[in-house]
Amino acid sequence: MTMLEKRPSDVPALTTGAGLAQIGNDGLGVFSRPIDKPGWRSWITTVDHKKLGLMYGMVAIFFLCVGGIEALLIRYQLAQPEQKFLTADQYNRIFTMHGTTMVFLVVIPLGAAFANYMIPLQIGARDVAFPRLNAFGFWCFLAGGLFLYSSFFLGGGPDGGWYAYSPNTNVVFSPGHGMDFWALGLQIVGIASLTGAINLIVTVLNMRAPGMKLMKMPVFTWMTLVVQFLLLFAIPVITVALFLLMFDRSFHANFFNVSKGADPLLWENLFWLFGHPEVYILILPAFGIVSETLPVFSKKPLFGYPFVVVSGVAIGFMGWGVWAHHMFTSGAGPVTVTAFSLSTMFIAVPTGVKIINWIATMWGGKIKFEVPMKFSVSLVSMFTIGGLSGVTHSVSPADTQQTDTYYIVAHFHYVLFGGAMMGFFAGFYYWWPKIFGYKLGDKLGNWNFWTMLVGFNLTFGPMHILGLQGMPRRQSSYFKNQGWDFWNMVSSIGSSILGIGILFFLINVWVSRKNAKCGLDPWDARTLEWMTPSSPPPAHNFDHIPEVTQLDEFFYRKYATDENHRLVRVPDAAPLPPVDPRSIHMPSPSYWPIVVAFALPLVAAGVIYSFWISGIGGLMLLTGIFGWGMEPSADPDNPYGGHADAPAAASTSETANV
Amino acid sequence: MSSAVVETHGHDAADHGAHGHVTNTGQSNEKLGMWVFLGSECLLFGGLISTYLLYRSKSTGVKPKDVFDIPFTSVSSFVLLMSSLTMVLALSAFQRRDQRLGRLWLTTTAILGAMFVGGQVYEFRGFYKEGLGFTTNLFSSSFYVLTGFHGVHVTVGVIMLLSLVMMSRRGTLTPDKVETVEIIGLYWHFVDIVWILIFTIVYLIP
Repeated sequence: MTMLEKRPSDVPALTTGAGLAQIGNDGLGVFSRPIDKPGWRSWITTVDHKKLGLMYGMVAIFFLCVGGIEALLIRYQLAQPEQKFLTADQYNRIFTMHGTTMVFLVVIPLGAAFANYMIPLQIGARDVAFPRLNAFGFWCFLAGGLFLYSSFFLGGGPDGGWYAYSPNTNVVFSPGHGMDFWALGLQIVGIASLTGAINLIVTVLNMRAPGMKLMKMPVFTWMTLVVQFLLLFAIPVITVALFLLMFDRSFHANFFNVSKGADPLLWENLFWLFGHPEVYILILPAFGIVSETLPVFSKKPLFGYPFVVVSGVAIGFMGWGVWAHHMFTSGAGPVTVTAFSLSTMFIAVPTGVKIINWIATMWGGKIKFEVPMKFSVSLVSMFTIGGLSGVTHSVSPADTQQTDTYYIVAHFHYVLFGGAMMGFFAGFYYWWPKIFGYKLGDKLGNWNFWTMLVGFNLTFGPMHILGLQGMPRRQSSYFKNQGWDFWNMVSSIGSSILGIGILFFLINVWVSRKNAKCGLDPWDARTLEWMTPSSPPPAHNFDHIPEVTQLDEFFYRKYATDENHRLVRVPDAAPLPPVDPRSIHMPSPSYWPIVVAFALPLVAAGVIYSFWISGIGGLMLLTGIFGWGMEPSADPDNPYGGHADAPAAASTSETANV
Repeated sequence: MSSAVVETHGHDAADHGAHGHVTNTGQSNEKLGMWVFLGSECLLFGGLISTYLLYRSKSTGVKPKDVFDIPFTSVSSFVLLMSSLTMVLALSAFQRRDQRLGRLWLTTTAILGAMFVGGQVYEFRGFYKEGLGFTTNLFSSSFYVLTGFHGVHVTVGVIMLLSLVMMSRRGTLTPDKVETVEIIGLYWHFVDIVWILIFTIVYLIP
């Protein structure tokens, strides 16, 4: 039901009876429509993709700090042998929540943040296809994240690891409510990803500017589209796994009850069938970001655009055929292991194609090493290291040796931090002028970059050695005579430097807020998001929806090539006549998304404690859904949506889309 | 310019590309969204059916053939399949702007769906009396979860159908919103198709 954004009743002529038509417009009559509300209410009721993208980003950075502090606690515990800073039990909870936070509450939402903010701008749309569903997704993410963390105050955090292998996460081995919170909290966060995926897929497929064929879309939009398809098909798989775990823990089902003959590989298969596409869900947005920044800062078109796009799509398909490489030591049998070894080697090919293309993009370019470019180049190099150690895992005899050692930890941090996070930081610095109108400071930006790069390599580089020396992951301590002291100390020192690097970023964000405005196109960029009439863009994004004729449309409106294939600046086109923003139809803000989203933790808490709570949550959910369904997307009394630049009393209707 | 002109331009977010608006695919956002959502649902039921298949053969104790009443379930399956027919008739009536007939067929569809869910509840009670509780063995847990998830989907569908009936009675299901009936119909047919799979895999294949 929540799927169906009701069509706005802005065409009263078509309704059957004027009196009857009003009934639906009043909705449930619980809330008045939050038009023109200032302050915090404009944030909790917003359906603007830019505000929601911003909120996704802020909450994700908050969780990045939480997950980062957990990482520092882990590294403090492991800095020296036989430390007693954390008990084994506390250590379990902290590394579980570190992994869960970073994957589900930081990297996926950061991808969602950039996707929400940038996709409509990059394809020349005024908003996403389902604005209220978009708001609902964000509130689900926040509600799910808070629900997960509330477990620490309600009887101990989850302690089963981020991949929560069952039967190890059954009530027998993990009593207490931690894993219940984990299973239900991720379920709620998953709803955010699923609704976001549906929304963005429809947006990209349906709402592109005239002339923007699929193969003229910016690469970031392409990669994010692939990610949404991966989410669309991967989320239901983990939904099943989480439901089975919940039924086992809360209702005594037998899915992971080995004494009744259950198969312990069921969880592993379901989890990794979600979990490996998930890896590409985490990395592809960052790939998209650097595919935008590298051409801009090299002053060259992306080398081999179709190859970059098609290899991204190929990763999207092949990502479904490699999950059992997480399970080489589970006794899956030689045929399975061989098949998944081969598929894992093959999936390195499209990734390699991308890296070649990025390097070729920079080759011979007029490279400007601005801060976003530095982060982008470090993604290319650091991800390559992580990718290569990944290929070593596809060699199953070597993997058998490395399974559950720090070598694995080193590998996936090079991919996720060296890859995804570096890409997101490139995105922060690159798009900051678009989102806030000013650049982040250069000096602190450089400090931010270099401390992060050095700290990152010091933290995770030594883990390769520790892993090859046999140090197992997920152990809260180790003995003096095992030969792991030195590199653990190096790694812990590195993690502090890395933490300082993140701190530089936060300081930079704070200090730069008073920076001077930097103009609409500070990087000489190539894509449509830089064509909005202001930075930050107005609520309706574009005054005139641009007509697209080619890839990098914006760039080729600024430059033409002469007979020697040199770029020459073309004079600016005559500005189009200004548009009255009141003439642009926009969706209206709504209270219902947050009501529906925050009913979900109540329903979930009821499963853990008492079904009475579920009943209250269910009632709230039902009311919310019906209120939502009966409320038109655009308020009929404010036909232009009552968005920020549209005074409620719009008198004339002029079209902006000519 | 009149608002009628605005209607023909396709890039108003507020208009959601509902029919009458130009979208890149030619399909409205709502309909495309439902198709995409149903794609996701395939994987949900795929996961549950795989789990069932894995556990049916491993299970000990009460077996499927000890409890299943194939003739009874065949009848309730037939009822559900017929509801797809009445759904099509409902949509056709709304498209011909015959709201009264449309409501009649929608109500019939909802009743048939409710009969199916009622049959499922009756069937589950019988199984329980024969000693097949939710926690009895691997088969029982995976069977109840799979068919239960399907039952919840049918129930949600019934609620949506009844909501459509209410909208039509109140006059808010205007001709320009008839596509909503089609979209909920997509969901309804999908749930039916899933049942054909479940009935075949769970009940018929020994």
